[in-house]
Amino acid sequence: MEFVEFENVSLRYAEDGPNAIENVSLSVKEGEFVSVVGPSGCGKSTLMKLISGLKPPSDGYVYVNGRQVGGPLGIVGMAFQAANLLPWRTTLENVMLPMEIVEPYRSTRKAKRAEYEQMARDQLARVGLAGCEDKFPWELSGGMQQRASICRALIHKPRLLMLDEPFGALDAFTREELWCMLRDLWQQQPFTVILVTHDLREAVFLADTVYVMSKRPGRILVRREIDLPRPRDLEVTYTDAFSAHVQVLRESIGRVRES
Amino acid sequence: MRISSKWAYRLAPWLLTLLVIVVWEAVCRGFDVKPFLFPAPSAVVKTGWELFGPIMEHATHTFMTTLVGFAIAVVVGAVLGMVVGASPITYKALYPMLVGFNSVPKVAFVPVLVVWFGIGTIPAVITAFLISFFPVVVNVATGLATLEPELEDVLRSLGASRLDILFKVGLPRSLPFFFASLKVAITLAFVGSVISETVASNMGIGYLMMGASSSMNMPLVFAGLIVIGAMGVVMYELFALVERRMTRWANRGQHSGL
Repeated sequence: MEFVEFENVSLRYAEDGPNAIENVSLSVKEGEFVSVVGPSGCGKSTLMKLISGLKPPSDGYVYVNGRQVGGPLGIVGMAFQAANLLPWRTTLENVMLPMEIVEPYRSTRKAKRAEYEQMARDQLARVGLAGCEDKFPWELSGGMQQRASICRALIHKPRLLMLDEPFGALDAFTREELWCMLRDLWQQQPFTVILVTHDLREAVFLADTVYVMSKRPGRILVRREIDLPRPRDLEVTYTDAFSAHVQVLRESIGRVRES
Repeated sequence: MRISSKWAYRLAPWLLTLLVIVVWEAVCRGFDVKPFLFPAPSAVVKTGWELFGPIMEHATHTFMTTLVGFAIAVVVGAVLGMVVGASPITYKALYPMLVGFNSVPKVAFVPVLVVWFGIGTIPAVITAFLISFFPVVVNVATGLATLEPELEDVLRSLGASRLDILFKVGLPRSLPFFFASLKVAITLAFVGSVISETVASNMGIGYLMMGASSSMNMPLVFAGLIVIGAMGVVMYELFALVERRMTRWANRGQHSGL
């Protein structure tokens, strides 16, 4: 069994309401970078709730790390379109928030305070935020806030990082910068990524595998492996091979929207 | 230019107050209004000066009564606000009763308190409490209930308990709401204690004013009103200052200007 495994999963939010997602089966290998694309309202965020254990499936089974998901797991980190940093905490304190909740950090955080603080500083330095540790979130630009938010998602060394349109609210230049940041983070320390996005170029540039979902009720329509060689530079986005991938995905999305 | 506009900003409230007093004095003198109907500021000040001792004694009593009632209101309001805001079901269950209770004119409730506790300070403390705890409850509950769902998801996916979320996010986030409510609550507490004193007490500014108006001593009534108003303004400013100090992150747009 792979690291993340969906077996014919459906989810209804209301007891006898419509399915938000329907009969989804997919599997994600440990260390794989997966993107999920689809029209808005197709249940991409529902997928995240199922994997993180915030919602149990109505039908089918969700397995993470060889075990059926029965509730929140400490091995998951999440970041969303809104950075959601706490305005009363400095950037460093924001990044260290998960350590106040997840074991083994929680019970040892008084004894190992200096060590954990150094971990957070290193993590911030890795995304280019060295020197911003003591700034408050409102003193950071949108792109910097999103970097800090991703640091917070990674600080407890999760094995699975889940991103829900994390770059959706950023301008095009900042977005491409953050693609490269995420690529580098993923290549430095191995973890599995599930990236929900509506940006096809983003999905193709970053992912090993792209899944296309249908309109509500969300189903997996297309699974496409992106065989572009790694490490990928931004130049790859101007190649024909890259465009071909984007083109194919765009057509399948177009069919979804028309149907 | 900048300096003079800054001074204008600071002086504006004083200048307006002065203007009101001058107009008030001019009206009373110009139309020769009788002091037992509407006393001029000079008459109010004269009476206030002559009776400075007794007025201060009553004012101190009212002030202490108000503070005690307010303190109870803050504690009860904060706890009740947490209970109401912490879960949708308690919110749903408690809200109609709270709103209904708040709609009852407290002056109508004072006679009940007198029957229970007798005439004196206790009904005044309770009235101050009853009238001022509602804004605290509503604000704390609102601060907790409007927590961003994504933020909650981030914490819950890490395995945070409800208490974790309350202490790490809910309470810090509702602090600005809480401090904002204190400003409103303290002024209401004065209303409550004075109402109760006018109806059933033998001490306090409310009692003083009742006695003065029954002997047609209007300047003294107005002196009492002004003392209450002044205490309200001072306490409001004090809590506004505390609010700015405690929740600087929520007022970030302002701290360059002030």
